[in-house]
Amino acid sequence: MHIIVCIKQVPDTRQVRLDEKTHTLIREGVESIINPYDLYALEEGLRLKDRFGGKVTVCSMGPPQTESSLREAISYGADEAVLLSDRAFAGADTWATSYTLAKGIQKIGPFDLILCGKQAVDGDTAQVGPGVAERLSLPYVTWVRKIEEIGEGRIRVQRLMDDGYDRLEMTLPALLTVVKEINEPRVPSLKGKMRAKSQKIPVYGAKDLEADPDLVGLQGSATQVIRVFPPPRLKEREWMEGTAGEQVGKLLEKLTKLKLIV
Amino acid sequence: MSHQTQIDTEKCTGCEICISVCPFNALEMKEGKASVNDQCTLCGACGAECPMEAISVPSLEKGEDPGDYFGVMVYAEQRLGKISEVAYELLHKGRELADVLKVSLSAVLLGKDITGAASGLFEHGADRVYVADHPLLEGFTDEAYGEALTRIIRSYRPEIVLAGATSIGRSFIPRVATQIGTGLTADCTELSIDHEKRLLLQTRPAFGGNIMATIICPAKRPQMATVRAKVMKKGKPIPGRSGELIPVEPDWLEKPQKTRLLEIVEEIGEKVKLAEADVIVAGGRGLQEEKHFSLIRELAELLGAAVGASRGAVDSGWISYAHQVGQTGKTVAPRLYIAVGVSGAVQHLVGMQSSDTIVAINNDPHAPIFDVASYGMVGDLFEIVPEMIRQLKGR
Ligand SMILES: Cc1cc2nc3c(=O)[nH]c(=O)nc-3n(C[C@H](O)[C@H](O)[C@H](O)COP(=O)(O)OP(=O)(O)OC[C@H]3O[C@@H](n4cnc5c(N)ncnc54)[C@H](O)[C@@H]3O)c2cc1C
Ligand SMILES: Nc1ncnc2c1ncn2[C@@H]1O[C@H](COP(=O)(O)O)[C@@H](O)[C@H]1O
Repeated sequence: MHIIVCIKQVPDTRQVRLDEKTHTLIREGVESIINPYDLYALEEGLRLKDRFGGKVTVCSMGPPQTESSLREAISYGADEAVLLSDRAFAGADTWATSYTLAKGIQKIGPFDLILCGKQAVDGDTAQVGPGVAERLSLPYVTWVRKIEEIGEGRIRVQRLMDDGYDRLEMTLPALLTVVKEINEPRVPSLKGKMRAKSQKIPVYGAKDLEADPDLVGLQGSATQVIRVFPPPRLKEREWMEGTAGEQVGKLLEKLTKLKLIV
Repeated sequence: MSHQTQIDTEKCTGCEICISVCPFNALEMKEGKASVNDQCTLCGACGAECPMEAISVPSLEKGEDPGDYFGVMVYAEQRLGKISEVAYELLHKGRELADVLKVSLSAVLLGKDITGAASGLFEHGADRVYVADHPLLEGFTDEAYGEALTRIIRSYRPEIVLAGATSIGRSFIPRVATQIGTGLTADCTELSIDHEKRLLLQTRPAFGGNIMATIICPAKRPQMATVRAKVMKKGKPIPGRSGELIPVEPDWLEKPQKTRLLEIVEEIGEKVKLAEADVIVAGGRGLQEEKHFSLIRELAELLGAAVGASRGAVDSGWISYAHQVGQTGKTVAPRLYIAVGVSGAVQHLVGMQSSDTIVAINNDPHAPIFDVASYGMVGDLFEIVPEMIRQLKGR
């Protein structure tokens, strides 16, 4: 089985803030990590390899420093890594990103399954997985919390929904986006860490992918960010004073006035 | 650039796929090759499907007139035959946008035995409802729903398409946008119109709620957005308001599907569903023990509220994940959110801070939950909550 896992290098969003004066992101001192959801995708790929044999290839589009995340993925157990990097790719929205990833995956060659994280924590869009699937004409299921079965060219999965879950079956090859309920990621092994240091990671640019220059990067993006600003100031807050009984009395009076309780 | 669909007869193999996908009968066979007639609307359906890449369809260029893309379209989500609340919220917002643009508002309904639900969509502001009512659309698959909506958009060419940012909307709308070849903005919390440029301004949180971004889709049509549930206000229905019902025959579903829905399993036992609740009482680690969660349940029961939880409480095993609110749980925005013994970590706040009124009960006056609270109660929850239950019962 050949499994391709798409991973994205993201800034650790817990540390990201906006400069209130310049309205730009303060990136200094913010660590880059593998998008947390992609670690679950990687783990699921490794588990499938453990069960069925084959190999796991990780693929990422990003600036040259993304290589460190690919090496980290190798330390977890990925067999191969491919970096899609080119100045022309910069500024891509999800539309251009999914085009570029699809081109990269075609270059990697035949596969049985593509795994993506549920969403990337920087953009929180969850659009790239379905976009890649569509561009490769693959069936897909999002929010997968369990792979029940694989065999005879089919895969059976559970999809986490707002009110429970659905069970679905697809033909392979296919694409899944996974949620964190699917597994508990392993830690990198010593052997993996050694291999991560020395392994060659090919870097493909727009030409190598035979990508249409009008469809990649900023040029290929259908959407455009025109303004970035801090979240609106928080609402006025009122403290309820007094004993527990008094506080509750005051609160219920307020809520009744607002018609929030009857 | 030419403004006609071009067919490269060198590449064309005469497979006729383009003819079968064209919604306008604009393609025909001439001497074994496809050829375009004047029915063509440049919708792009053929170009996207041609396996030989023999068809080039001019796309909307920057600065070009967005052509004959008109109107606002809302995807009216349903699950198990019930229209989601977010559909009504979007119709209300869609009505507002359509009125500003002086265009009509339509809704799309996909499902089985679902046509009857159209009347509610008219009452909430839709002028037109497109319905694909078919047994194969009974349960949601990205494949069937994606294809259906793509075809409807290609045929009727709205300038704006809105859908709920739900498990369903966020799953298949990206497929539709990719098929059509237009941009999509995920999980918007604010929508407005730039009059001068006739553009949809789409605002959304990013970076885990730490920043907001306003996004446009200047050159491609339609402009598509998924919109967070409970953020737009649901308007009052106008009883008896009606409109035009347009059935769509989903004959393309006859071809074999790669995805099959086997089963739908509903998991939450509570009467009120979290994402749709008007009132939520949420408990956190401050409750200290599983058995104390009964306080939350009792208060919720009295208020007709749904029960929410922080990840702290879920990870402690006091309540199932289905109740978790926050970045890795559900996003909610009820009219009233009561947080009990929840510290208010940013990952929790992003999931509930757009609630109308927030009450926080915590014994630590510096707990960040108070930063988003409308009413703060500093004190021991084991005194305040029982007192609240007592006073509510006494009313
Ligand atoms: C990637 C990531 C994603 C996450 N996603 C989520 C998410 O989706 N949702 C989420 O909720 N969290 C999420 N978290 C976890 C989050 O960071 C916090 O750890 C969690 O929200 C804390 O839960 P808590 O408020 O119940 O617990 P605590 O932080 O332990 O807070 C308990 C609070 O109860 C108060 N308290 C204690 N005793 C009493 C008493 N007797 N009376 C009154 N008050 C009392 C304390 O003062 C304290 O403020 C995520 C974390 C990460 C890293
Ligand atoms: N630049 C990228 N390189 C590789 N994979 C990506 C990239 N961007 C997104 N992905 C994948 O798509 C998923 C969803 O990302 P997003 O649509 O940005 O929220 C991620 O979890 C990754 O698996």
